[in-house]
Amino acid sequence: MVIRKSSDLRYSQVTPKKDYVNRRRFLASSIAAGALAVAPQARAVTKLNGVTKGPYSTDEKPTPFDAITHYNNFYEFGTDKEDPSRNATKFVTSPWTVRIDGEVGKPLTLDLDALYKVAPLEERIYRHRCVERWSMVIPWIGYPLNVLLKKVEPTAKAKYVAFESYYDRKQMPQGVWSGIAFPYVEGLRLDEAMNPLALLAVGLYGDTLPNQDGAPFRLVVPWKYGYKSIKSIVKIRLVEKQPPTTWNLAAANEYGFYSNVNPEVDHPRWSQAKERRIGEFSMRNTVKFNGYGDQVASLYNGMDLRKYY
Amino acid sequence: MNRVLSSRWTKVAVFVLSLAPLLLLGWRLFLFWRGGLGYDPDLTADPVAYITHYTGDWTIRFLLITLCVTPLRKLFNLPKIARFRRMLGLFAFFYGCLHLTTWVWLDQSFDPSGMIKDVIKRRYITAGMTAFAMMIPLAVTSTAGWVRRLGFPRWQRIHRLIYFSALAGVIHYYWLVKSDVRLPLLYGGILAVLMIYRANMWLRSAPKRRPVTTPRTAYLRD
Repeated sequence: MVIRKSSDLRYSQVTPKKDYVNRRRFLASSIAAGALAVAPQARAVTKLNGVTKGPYSTDEKPTPFDAITHYNNFYEFGTDKEDPSRNATKFVTSPWTVRIDGEVGKPLTLDLDALYKVAPLEERIYRHRCVERWSMVIPWIGYPLNVLLKKVEPTAKAKYVAFESYYDRKQMPQGVWSGIAFPYVEGLRLDEAMNPLALLAVGLYGDTLPNQDGAPFRLVVPWKYGYKSIKSIVKIRLVEKQPPTTWNLAAANEYGFYSNVNPEVDHPRWSQAKERRIGEFSMRNTVKFNGYGDQVASLYNGMDLRKYY
Repeated sequence: MNRVLSSRWTKVAVFVLSLAPLLLLGWRLFLFWRGGLGYDPDLTADPVAYITHYTGDWTIRFLLITLCVTPLRKLFNLPKIARFRRMLGLFAFFYGCLHLTTWVWLDQSFDPSGMIKDVIKRRYITAGMTAFAMMIPLAVTSTAGWVRRLGFPRWQRIHRLIYFSALAGVIHYYWLVKSDVRLPLLYGGILAVLMIYRANMWLRSAPKRRPVTTPRTAYLRD
């Protein structure tokens, strides 16, 4: 159990067990890293200031930081759950550029500093449900996606929002074995993207995003399966036609465009009726739209969610 | 080499080594329990999934190790190595039982209707159940007493089920991964090599029951 004390030390500053155990090797590599101080860096997490409490937070117990940062699906860095935390340590996330264009009146290019200043940062504690049947509760920090979209002024032709992740074979050599194609792409219908629940996250647990959680900038759509919450975004494009999405390209009969959390619609190979909350041992029942039905159910009125899975 | 293989201490050593994966898992679970059941990196954030995969991995590994015994015996002329085959096979069954127990207890909470539904509907579970079911007669008839009761030829035919159990196990694994098929294919590849070796041996072996063609019986053959 983590007892949070109001001291200067942040939990995220605790030396990872692996580095402590290998401290001689760690020291040697950080001396080498210091020599490259002026080059683009993999950033350690830094504290985010001025964060207020946002709406839509659950009062369920947040998943421990260690679990959130050591149990990840980030296939660019390997397919084991511990691979991203191991392999993404040198992932360069500064400088960073995000291009927002397409069917917009005012295309925008944002650098890292600008990404944090788009809107006041708020903390939202969201449930996160993976298609693999595990789930977490994560205190994200960010601002609503609709704020950024309104800034770029989508035209009348814009019907969908397409996203693309950063991909670099040199930094992500494990990706070739993953079985899915990169760069990772995702998409939302425009009304889904404009829903106040859709969050652009720049941090979690009071600090900037760790690399393995999609640093420095990612999407969080908590009513959908986790793979829709695309990480390490570099491109956002407003488009007319439904954009391709990586898991749908990998297995169209298993992963659809909408991917709404729905216990009534099974994955072809496993049931979606139950899930395991990380930290608990028995399975719990999955709730439609991951419990966010009040905010999003109306987006799908009249849609057959078995057909539009 | 044969001296080493004949020693009873070697059998003890193989037994202890075969238990090692379970002992390691048990140790990690003990530390986890002692640590207050909080996050333990050795068990990952989802210990139930970890235990399930771990026990499943060791099941297929022991099946493949068991299938290596006869090829090694033939290739390196080590008749004494056959002494370990039963033990290794039973360890495969043992880890299979642990794997099944994890699913029944931690995943399904002993719910019979849920389990039956899953076995019928989820094809990867059908494959896994088939693989396990095929191991049961092998475990039951693993003793010398059964070899005598059945007669060796019949016993040997029953024990060929291990080929199908291993195959069902590989298919079970392949059907449950989302996209990274490397480990299932690796296990499948090893199984294929072991089976090709056996097929090769079988094709090359002297035919046992073909009737002898002599001048007197020649008219019986076309």
